[in-house]
Amino acid sequence: MDKYISTPLTEDKVMDLKAGDYVYLSGTIYTARDAAHKRLYESMLAGKDIPLELKDNIIYYLGPSPAREGQVIGSAGPTTSSRMDKYTPLLLKNGLKGMIGKGKRSVEVIDAMHEYHAVYFAAIGGAGALLSKCIKKAEVIAYDDLGTEAIRRLEVENLPVIVVIDAEKNNMYEQENAVIPANGKDDR
Amino acid sequence: MEEITKNIKEMCIEANLRLSEDVKDRLFQAADAEEKPLGKQILEQLKENLCIADAESIPICQDTGMAVVFVRIGQEVHIEGGSLEDAINEGIRQGYTEGYLRKSIVRDPIDRVNTKDNTPGVIHYEIVPGEQLELTVAPKGFGSENMSRIVMLKPADGIEGVKDVILETVKLAGPNACPPVVVGVGIGGTFEKCALLAKKALTRELDSHNEIPYVRELEEEMLSKINALSIGPAGLGGSTTALGVNIEVYPTHIAGLPVAVNICCHVNRHVRRLL
Ligand code: SF4
Repeated sequence: MDKYISTPLTEDKVMDLKAGDYVYLSGTIYTARDAAHKRLYESMLAGKDIPLELKDNIIYYLGPSPAREGQVIGSAGPTTSSRMDKYTPLLLKNGLKGMIGKGKRSVEVIDAMHEYHAVYFAAIGGAGALLSKCIKKAEVIAYDDLGTEAIRRLEVENLPVIVVIDAEKNNMYEQENAVIPANGKDDR
Repeated sequence: MEEITKNIKEMCIEANLRLSEDVKDRLFQAADAEEKPLGKQILEQLKENLCIADAESIPICQDTGMAVVFVRIGQEVHIEGGSLEDAINEGIRQGYTEGYLRKSIVRDPIDRVNTKDNTPGVIHYEIVPGEQLELTVAPKGFGSENMSRIVMLKPADGIEGVKDVILETVKLAGPNACPPVVVGVGIGGTFEKCALLAKKALTRELDSHNEIPYVRELEEEMLSKINALSIGPAGLGGSTTALGVNIEVYPTHIAGLPVAVNICCHVNRHVRRLL
């Protein structure tokens, strides 16, 4: 089902989203990938402040390519989410409601999404030029030294994403194909 | 040397903005053939993505990769004016900086400090007869690189064992490697030779075939078996899981049967030039 959703991603909006929904997302979201997650996680464990509000927010696992003059951002597609799995449950516990990436999530993340009510969206991997057109503003707000891995605040307009895992643990990757990991561990 | 630097620079930029015709053709054919509506929609978006990338000089994918460079040097060639390695890395530096490509390389795998210019590349040299210099630049994204595997099979596992390794690797990669994927396979050699064969296989045109009849059949069989997995575009279901399977083989030891599977996404980039 096609849905148009604006941020903040409040509880009621989360519970209304179902695996398989095709969502056009608008509003403010944040970027963070490996290195930024590590810092956020370590700061939180140490009880320090973090540079963004997690409550009702969405993190896009993105490290863009640089913008040319006159462009808001360079190529801007998702990176593989599983590398963030280690850090994600803590972020969910602190109010994060949505994540945009690609690929499978760990059991721990899916459990935490269920417990704290959050959704996982997939953006199309390898469509960074197309996706960049939906980004109207981009500003580095923290960890500038990390270059492409800095945390950015983005204003997006009708960013096309697909709900892959909803708060009820419905998982499109499992419904849509018969992928059974050969090692028996579904942690990719 | 300056000519090499200039060519490498242009090739890095070119590879990241435009796919080669063979990969594009396969993607376009897949978009026509895909029957699942969501899969078709995604493939159409990938087509549109290529048009935008080309028209507006935005990289096809934000992961503009680690620059893998294959150098085939004719043994009659004499290169003047400094180190070849430096000239290539300088080309990568200029290409990634001036071409607005992402800098994704860290100087050490453990301390992980970004080198900020995407150097160094991974350079493979080969000395061949003749007086020409052939350069291939193949930027490699890591979403798919991370899903690649090498397995040291036993000779008794035979070709069936090889097929299992290939299928299992694609299954494990699932949605992570940005399907539809391109699969490069190396069979034989030693541990490192096998991995290199798989990487090289990815730079071979998708409309080409291995000349050895059984390998050609294996390429075709694996492509249809992979597409029957229904992983589909973006891993969300459909009959387009791979755009192509290229396999290279090499003599090996009486005790071994190494198999390497290098997974590449649909953004299978490679540019080749003869100097
Ligand atoms: S796997 Fe390929 S398409 Fe996907 S993010 Fe990496 S480079 Fe881009």
